[in-house]
Amino acid sequence: MNRYEKKFLELKMKKEKAFVSFVVLGDPDYKTSIEIIKTIVKTGTDILELGIPFSDPIADGKTIQKAHQRALKKRMNTEKAFKLIKEIRKFTGIPIGLLVYFNNVYAYGINNFYRKAKKAGVDSVLITDLSLEESPPVIKAAKEYCLNQIFLVSQTTPIKRIKKINKLCSGFIYLVAIEGVTGTRKELQKETLKLIEKVKANTNLPLCIGFGISKPQQFRKLTETDIDGVIIGSKIVSMIEKNLNCKKTMMTEISFFTEKMKKCSKRFKNNTTHNNIRR
Amino acid sequence: MSGKGKFGEFGGTFVSEILEASRAELEEGFFRLKKNKKFKKELAELLEKYGGRPTPLTYAENLSKKFGCKIYLKREDLLHSGAHKLNNCLGQALIAKYLGKKKLIAETGAGQHGVATAVVGAKLGLDVDVYMGKTDAERQKPNVFRMELCGAKVKIVESGSMTLKDAINEALRDWTATSKNTHYLLGSVLGPHPYPLMVAHFQSVIGKEAKKQIIKEEGRFPKAVIACVGGGSNAIGIFRQFLPEKNVELIGVEAAGLGISTGKHASRFSDKKLGRKGAMHGCFTYILQDKFGQIINTHSVAAGLDYCAVGPEHSMLRDLGRIKYAYATDKEALKAFQILSKEEGIIPALESAHAIAYALKYAKKCSPKDIILINLSGRGDKDLEMVMKEIRCKK
Repeated sequence: MNRYEKKFLELKMKKEKAFVSFVVLGDPDYKTSIEIIKTIVKTGTDILELGIPFSDPIADGKTIQKAHQRALKKRMNTEKAFKLIKEIRKFTGIPIGLLVYFNNVYAYGINNFYRKAKKAGVDSVLITDLSLEESPPVIKAAKEYCLNQIFLVSQTTPIKRIKKINKLCSGFIYLVAIEGVTGTRKELQKETLKLIEKVKANTNLPLCIGFGISKPQQFRKLTETDIDGVIIGSKIVSMIEKNLNCKKTMMTEISFFTEKMKKCSKRFKNNTTHNNIRR
Repeated sequence: MSGKGKFGEFGGTFVSEILEASRAELEEGFFRLKKNKKFKKELAELLEKYGGRPTPLTYAENLSKKFGCKIYLKREDLLHSGAHKLNNCLGQALIAKYLGKKKLIAETGAGQHGVATAVVGAKLGLDVDVYMGKTDAERQKPNVFRMELCGAKVKIVESGSMTLKDAINEALRDWTATSKNTHYLLGSVLGPHPYPLMVAHFQSVIGKEAKKQIIKEEGRFPKAVIACVGGGSNAIGIFRQFLPEKNVELIGVEAAGLGISTGKHASRFSDKKLGRKGAMHGCFTYILQDKFGQIINTHSVAAGLDYCAVGPEHSMLRDLGRIKYAYATDKEALKAFQILSKEEGIIPALESAHAIAYALKYAKKCSPKDIILINLSGRGDKDLEMVMKEIRCKK
């Protein structure tokens, strides 16, 4: 069993949803980035999604764009990203996924990238701007180095395509909650709930949902659905941005927030068990 | 590499799943409509009666005498709105209309594509938002005002290098959120499939006319066809028709900015160290980047050439050796700008001035009977303020 399978099984037994945290590796700098990730792990995140900074992150909103810029300014690169992940592996065994842009992977050499990722302790790779059609060389590398390749599914993805993605994807499927780029949004859309139903009917893989989710009430609402995990990025990243001058406050704010979010993930009602949690 | 929309190993669909449905809708729409009789008739009429096609082929007599060969100019500068960009804008805006879209978004560097989108939006009754880097908006002020006059909203982009690349980033982000009702009117032979094919299709009217016109004037093909290459739409537009004529040399001219060795340029092909294969803005092509794949900020005096990547069809034709790629520096372009103005009374866009600059170099190797055909992609009104500054600085 790989780390994802183990994690999702363990959570199922505990009747919890996965709380997935996203940050950009090296934001705001190498050392602080490790500290931030340590804080997130300590306060109970179940899975880590980590970005390798790219100069032109077109699927990201302003908050995460700035995180990419901050990391690049401190000369973060793919090589150092793998080194940083090795350091993270020293203190945690939870699944680690990479969220990257294709040009960074290609420039490093697709095979080389997957080999080094595996060696560093990565479990999955999601390439934001890689379409299903362009994925064969990448899938091949992922298989060779036993890494899970994650794909996005959006509200506009037709069922036929969801089925194709289901065949190539492993670990979990990443659902895009909104139409648009990353960033916080006020409400959950009705379409988001429909999307979960639609994908669930076409896959046995766990489903994690991200983009636009930042509030406890959004998380709680999602725990009532068939979703297996909730990914939160921009909100955490905004706490880094807000507290660049005071690391202590940064860590306090982040740990307070991630702790609160983890609590939300424990509220879920499992219909198949006898002792339903009272709500 | 696998997948659709390929030019050899280049091109493809490097877009996130969020955009895939809109991309597929556009692909279906383009291949259906380009054969549709009503669509074709409407576009042809717009090109003629609104755009002013066909544009003339001008024999540059004084320049020819001075440089000792026959120099012809394909006058896209005379197309409505001042550059070749209108050919593509009319085509795509009409597709958008047929697909039921209410709004156009576009990026612009020099502002020519933004202006062309704005005028087409006004003409066809579609809302227009144009993304423009702050640096570009400052150096192409008249075009910002032109767009606004035609009712477009100009959205200033302050991220990254604040030029064309960043304007495309923002336009793509906008499209990701709004694609249901919005068409992204990409201005060059870039982006995911079908854009490179579609833009080349609409721009190929340039070469179709030019080929007939040069045969009518001279009864033979030119020795060389020369065009400037930013993303490369005006170049593909004129080159495509000449591709089968193996004796016609095709030369694309990139912007060498302050010089290739300075690293401050936009020459994807001429800089062997920084210009490498990769994926940017939806397609696989040659890109100026560092060894980790971070995109490098480019430099050119011509905002329309100041871009990190080049159209995938160019990448293929370059690797096949069918098109040769040369370059001209800021300085050479500024000089050519003045030469053409003085000799022929034609003020070229700084982008097109790069093609002129290289053509004048090339002319030195020619005999008096040799014909050079230059695609004069746009007019220089938008550049006057900047060129004035540059010339006065020197004095």
